Amino acid sequence: MTDIKKTDRPAETPPAGPEAIRAVPVRHYGRYVTAVVALTILGLLIWAFAGGAINWGAIPDYFFNDRILKGVRETLLLTFLSMLIGIVGGVVLAVMRLSKNPVTSSIAWFYIWFFRGTPVLVQLFVWFNLGFVFEYINLGPVYKDEWSDFMTPFLTALLGLGLNEAAYMAEICRAGLLAVDEGQTEASHALGMSHSKTLRRIVIPQAMRVIVPPTGNEVINMLKTTSLVAAVQYYELLRFAQDIGTTSGATVEMLFLAAAWYLILTSVLSVGQYYIERYYARGSSRQLPPTPWQRVRTHLTSLSSRKGVAA
Amino acid sequence: MTSAMTTAMVKAEGVHKSFGHVQVLKGIDLEVKSGEVFCLIGPSGSGKSTFLRCINHLEKINAGRLYVDGELVGYRQKGDKLYELKDSEVALKRRDIGMVFQRFNLFPHMTALENVIEAPVQVKGVSKGQARERAMQLLDRVGLADKAGSYPSQLSGGQQQRVAIARALAMDPKLMLFDEPTSALDPELVGDVLDVMRDLAESGMTMVVVTHEMGFAREVGDSLVFMDGGVVVESGTPREVLTNPQHERTQSFLSKVL
Repeated sequence: MTDIKKTDRPAETPPAGPEAIRAVPVRHYGRYVTAVVALTILGLLIWAFAGGAINWGAIPDYFFNDRILKGVRETLLLTFLSMLIGIVGGVVLAVMRLSKNPVTSSIAWFYIWFFRGTPVLVQLFVWFNLGFVFEYINLGPVYKDEWSDFMTPFLTALLGLGLNEAAYMAEICRAGLLAVDEGQTEASHALGMSHSKTLRRIVIPQAMRVIVPPTGNEVINMLKTTSLVAAVQYYELLRFAQDIGTTSGATVEMLFLAAAWYLILTSVLSVGQYYIERYYARGSSRQLPPTPWQRVRTHLTSLSSRKGVAA
Repeated sequence: MTSAMTTAMVKAEGVHKSFGHVQVLKGIDLEVKSGEVFCLIGPSGSGKSTFLRCINHLEKINAGRLYVDGELVGYRQKGDKLYELKDSEVALKRRDIGMVFQRFNLFPHMTALENVIEAPVQVKGVSKGQARERAMQLLDRVGLADKAGSYPSQLSGGQQQRVAIARALAMDPKLMLFDEPTSALDPELVGDVLDVMRDLAESGMTMVVVTHEMGFAREVGDSLVFMDGGVVVESGTPREVLTNPQHERTQSFLSKVL
């Protein structure tokens, strides 16, 4: 930021104002000490891991292994579909919760209470073991099958994660809807717009600004939580990595590999989140924040112009 | 204005409104004639804004009758029974009543132009091209044609309020309600908004204006009502009430604000 300001002013013609102050800056000795301590601890940590019996070479060997890549695809697919269920379910639940109908709002309240109040791993196990309770799934003329054939590991994982997520998304959406000023609804009604149009055209677009950042967190959380579904026999990134680890003997190395993949995926998602937030910020701030690429460019131009001054 | 032709645009008969145990309106009787500028003044808490919000059914009245253009607000009468109107029917009636708020309430995620075309396109089903053309005329009328692409946060308070007036006019209302339209503005910006309202009054629009701008009321208003404690204390032409108040309460209020 300060760099930009410096270069905005023509540096070769200093303003003919009073002489600038040249004082000796305060020395922050405490900062030097803490920096040294932190660096020492970091160095020791790296040294310890470098000395451990870790076969680092195994990680690049398996990084683009077919099974690992399949695991990455499965993880992404599961994240995407679970979040889809979560967001759609969450919006419906939030609207139900805010509705004036006491029946729908109580049902939504109960749903959120139940699914937020029990661990997702327990929910996954319950879905997985419902076969003990139901022998068949019978949707009348539409669909009928044995429960064990119907409730595949994939569906177990999807329902377990998606329905749990819907409860969290409902609370996020509710907060977003409540954050929109009541005057907006009034103005919209005064123009003759219906309830649903007001919600769709006026309230939800403004609520999105509040909803998007925590939803981004939820996506990143979901990506990591998918690793739990290994417990219900669904094969995704972690499960494949563990399998390779046991057969090849590089157990810890494969966990590092999985961790690296998770980091890459979450980093990519964070960038996406930034752009979505930027889109919904339009109108709320006078100027949109620069994209990372624009920021890099201003830094580059400020660097080159600084060189020009020095030369 | 020929007196024989003038009909009541708004007619209130014993309108009561309470929030919980607090009685805000305690029997309001008044009549706003078609084409006139009707000013409501009074101290804060006197119920003048609440009354204004009753006219387009943003608030439900508890007792009395309220008519706009001869039709009951919020209800339908069959025999001697009242039936509440459905939301869609209320919305249909609100199309004809424009409202301007103290805090503008522009849609912040839309540009000035998008704010103005929103209701005609979404409610009346006007084509976007047609709505845009009309919106540009209206923005030009309030002196903001060059700000069509700006978001509300990029506009001053006075500019926002003028966009809000254009937005209300885009629905071609037969009645305009103003709820203290200049109270949230810097003193310097008040004049621009009042100019737009004066221009609107001259075009023959029926306007009900809750205001603290006594100058505007005297100059532009056709009728004036002083409210206090949920009742109409005094009414008449602005000149009568403002220069020669009969009631003691009116006198003490005016002595403080004039």
